[in-house]
Amino acid sequence: MASDSSAGISNVTDVARRLLPEAGVITDRARLRTYECDGLAHYRVTPALVVIPEDAAQLAGLVKACAEHAVPFVARGSGTGLSGGALPHAEGILIVTSRMRAIREVRRDDQRAVVEPGVINLDVTRAATPYGYYYAPDPSSQQICSIGGNVAENSGGAHCLKYGFTTNHVIGADFVTPDGDTVTLGGAAPDSPGYDLLGAVVGSEGTLGIVTSATVRLVRLPEEVRTILVGFKTTDQAGAATSAIISAGIVPAAIEMMDALAIEAAEAAVHCNYPDGAGAVLVIELDGAAIEVEQEYAEVERLCNDNGAFEQRLATDPAERQLIWKGRKSAFAAVGRISPDYIVQDGVIPRTALPEVLKAIADLSASSGVRVANVFHAGDGNLHPLVLFDDEVEGAGDAAETVSGAILDLCIEHGGSITGEHGVGMDKAKYMPRMYTDEDLDTMQLVRCAFDPQNISNPGKVFPTPRLCGEVPGRHKGAHPLQEAGVAEVF
Amino acid sequence: MTTDTIEAAAREAVTSACADVRDAEQTDDVDGVRPGLVARPADTGQVSEVMKACAAHDLTVVPRGRGTKLSWGLAPTSADVLLDLSALDQVLDHAAGDLIVAAQAGALLHDVQQVVGEAGQRLALDETVPGSTIGGVLGANTSGPRRTATGTARDLLIGITMVRADGVVAKAGGRVVKNVAGYDIGKLMIGSRGTLGVITDATFRLHPVPAAHRWVSVPVADPARALTVAQAAVHSQVVPTAIEVEWADGTGTLHVLLEGHVDGVAGRAEALRSLLGAEATESEDAPADGATYPWDVTATADRRSTALKLTFVLSGLADVLAAAADTGATLRGSAGSGVVYAALDPDTAVGDVSIALERLRNACTAQGGTTVVVDAPAAVKSAVDAWGPIPALDLMRRVKDQFDPDYRLAPGRFVGGI
Ligand SMILES: Cc1cc2nc3c(=O)[nH]c(=O)nc-3n(C[C@H](O)[C@H](O)[C@H](O)COP(=O)(O)OP(=O)(O)OC[C@H]3O[C@@H](n4cnc5c(N)ncnc54)[C@H](O)[C@@H]3O)c2cc1C
Ligand SMILES: Cc1cc2nc3c(=O)[nH]c(=O)nc-3n(C[C@H](O)[C@H](O)[C@H](O)COP(=O)(O)OP(=O)(O)OC[C@H]3O[C@@H](n4cnc5c(N)ncnc54)[C@H](O)[C@@H]3O)c2cc1C
Repeated sequence: MASDSSAGISNVTDVARRLLPEAGVITDRARLRTYECDGLAHYRVTPALVVIPEDAAQLAGLVKACAEHAVPFVARGSGTGLSGGALPHAEGILIVTSRMRAIREVRRDDQRAVVEPGVINLDVTRAATPYGYYYAPDPSSQQICSIGGNVAENSGGAHCLKYGFTTNHVIGADFVTPDGDTVTLGGAAPDSPGYDLLGAVVGSEGTLGIVTSATVRLVRLPEEVRTILVGFKTTDQAGAATSAIISAGIVPAAIEMMDALAIEAAEAAVHCNYPDGAGAVLVIELDGAAIEVEQEYAEVERLCNDNGAFEQRLATDPAERQLIWKGRKSAFAAVGRISPDYIVQDGVIPRTALPEVLKAIADLSASSGVRVANVFHAGDGNLHPLVLFDDEVEGAGDAAETVSGAILDLCIEHGGSITGEHGVGMDKAKYMPRMYTDEDLDTMQLVRCAFDPQNISNPGKVFPTPRLCGEVPGRHKGAHPLQEAGVAEVF
Repeated sequence: MTTDTIEAAAREAVTSACADVRDAEQTDDVDGVRPGLVARPADTGQVSEVMKACAAHDLTVVPRGRGTKLSWGLAPTSADVLLDLSALDQVLDHAAGDLIVAAQAGALLHDVQQVVGEAGQRLALDETVPGSTIGGVLGANTSGPRRTATGTARDLLIGITMVRADGVVAKAGGRVVKNVAGYDIGKLMIGSRGTLGVITDATFRLHPVPAAHRWVSVPVADPARALTVAQAAVHSQVVPTAIEVEWADGTGTLHVLLEGHVDGVAGRAEALRSLLGAEATESEDAPADGATYPWDVTATADRRSTALKLTFVLSGLADVLAAAADTGATLRGSAGSGVVYAALDPDTAVGDVSIALERLRNACTAQGGTTVVVDAPAAVKSAVDAWGPIPALDLMRRVKDQFDPDYRLAPGRFVGGI
């Protein structure tokens, strides 16, 4: 297989040289290294070739060459992924979409925009704002992450509580299958007849093919936005306030929580001036028709007070609003100020389990001596525990890894998920069998076999044991051929 | 195969897989196709056993919720076993604090709404045909006026259990709203008309029931005016839950639904009325025909209307309405979402139906959408192309080949003969 693969790569490199300008083909070892990881820097693999196509036709040509020579390919947008999804394949090519950055259309009347995959998330909103619209999915990385990466990860953000995830906002796509064919999935109008293939592609982490254009829904900018910062003594109080708000029938645009350690980190980094002595803060955002927001605000204020809030601040201008969000959105990076190393975990639990799970995390932290800072989307139970450690200290990394994994087990135990937005990627493939049975995973593999029978589209991600397509599902006899070939490991 | 030709061994296998198995009667017909046996399993395990027995004996299977509209779409090319899911009728779990509900596939949407309604919540799916089941709503991907605000089943479904054609039981998703672990199999099942697998239970996110609602209606004399009104409502700050159009003989009415706080709704209704002009009226009551289709859902055989689903981009509304005026079709649907249903009288000659369909399809295609024949008399179904052009059909076939390589499930019902 190894000798085949180097022949394959050189064939694909030839095709790339024919199709792309010189700058779009990178073979130099040192430059290849720039692409060896995504936002999860502890996995590193140098790709055999990096290509940077300028349009969909070039991209499809490259994929077709990969298909012909059975060369694995990995798509990469901005490389901000946190689960190793864009981790290159050592014997494969990395297809970078950073030169496909055209916003082709903003159709205000239809509430749609058509964009290329490399377009930066925030740029879609920037293009739509003059028309009174915006693009709702807003991961904290929105200033740099690409729409293609968002589609592949089904990225969320603070506002998905009310407005949903990428999957709710992408309604059409041009898509290159792992055969190199270009197909249109969905469209500008809703409910295209046939199977909802787009629904399967969104969140598939680049394992089903590559999106070369996306038709996205634009959302009306709200008449009024109110952002409130609320201080509580404890996370329990903040959690109770969250539940009270939701039970009252209010769906805020966002409810985010940070605990004491996360607040400390954010203060150190961006001086966001959160309430003194807070054991937890909530960032609550209400939006919509002005008259509705007014009423909801009064109710939220009361519910927070009833649940022990000791300070509430309403942002009265965009600058104050931005400062409140800056504290929240910079929390991950800020943790670097209070700990040399950290793991960002991403698990989900039913909202009502919050107090119990937060307590269990605190216990885990106390018994292991590993500090855990909590920053999360409280409204939809999506936890982002930041597990802090110092790699210089012998065994600290392993201890942090153990605590991090134990937190995922807690999520599964409570009926939750091992990832709410960062994806499975390379990082969590081994946890998939804890959440799903062999039958469940086999069924997902049927989809992959339909799209990618050669298993060349981002192989080794999401699933711990890819099934050979054509194999009868559900029967496991002896070692898997891929396992024997040393290609994949069974966890 | 029919009743008499289902071999004894196959019959025996199905019967031992499930306690409730009987011969099919006329009322079990699937658009004129008489199934052999009707199996009514009691739980997911029995559904799995039935599917395994059918796989072992090469029998075809058509799933049925309550059969409210089993004639819709294309008739199956074969239906040895009708898999009746009406015994799986339980609302399994309503976690009010988490705003989720889980129900079996045969549970009535109405029953689900009743249970969650007690906590002031709703599953934001309109009941477009009375008596629909959860499995049927998912299988047919029905939606009504409120889709403008809360989307369709694809925006609300967070977990499913399904039984594959080979009898294997699989789950996807879960019971949390936010979850990106693995492929979203649920989305593939939505609208698959029973051709990919049998759904046995489903979990949805819920929404709070708003305290107040108000309909603002305005007559529209022509397509251009309809578009102007729809655009005004869409781009306004009144945050409409639904924007419905009713249309016949080149003229109609637009209805806008507002939901929210008591004072908020009153204020927004006033703002909307001033936007739409003096003719606009306000009411607590839904328009007379509510969330139903513009055809008689109880009609059977040749008395059925030709029932169409039209989709288009929002700015295409006027063109679609104008095209409809030329065809004699009656329209009703969500002008605020770009989804409208059309009915042609059962007495329309087949040739005229073909012409109307072509005209509407051309208009919708030009506006980025599609026209699908949902239901029609047999003579119409055999004369027209029910689905129209389907991009990515080859990839759809490959998905079908993986999930159901023997084309056991509802063969011929879906796009491209799937
Ligand atoms: C500071 C920080 C904050 C973050 N906050 C959030 C957050 O709030 N919410 C959230 O969801 N995520 C968050 N992320 C994670 C990350 O930003 C998202 O997953 C984002 O969607 C990745 O986009 P990208 O362009 O960087 O993709 P990449 O990292 O380049 O790729 C991600 C995956 O997408 C695939 N892919 C890329 N382009 C395509 C394409 N065109 N077609 C098919 N597959 C493709 C890749 O193969 C890979 O599997 C954060 C990351 C950082 C560093
Ligand atoms: C082919 C077809 C197309 C339709 N198209 C539309 C449409 O475009 N828009 C619209 O609003 N309404 C449509 N309908 C109407 C819709 O079926 C009804 O509104 C209602 O949802 C039916 O509910 P039911 O429980 O009676 O389902 P049934 O009438 O019993 O079944 C409806 C469909 O779902 C399948 N099905 C039922 N239960 C399951 C299950 N558990 N697992 C897998 N598949 C299942 C059936 O095989 C059938 O294809 C369509 C119906 C059919 C049959």
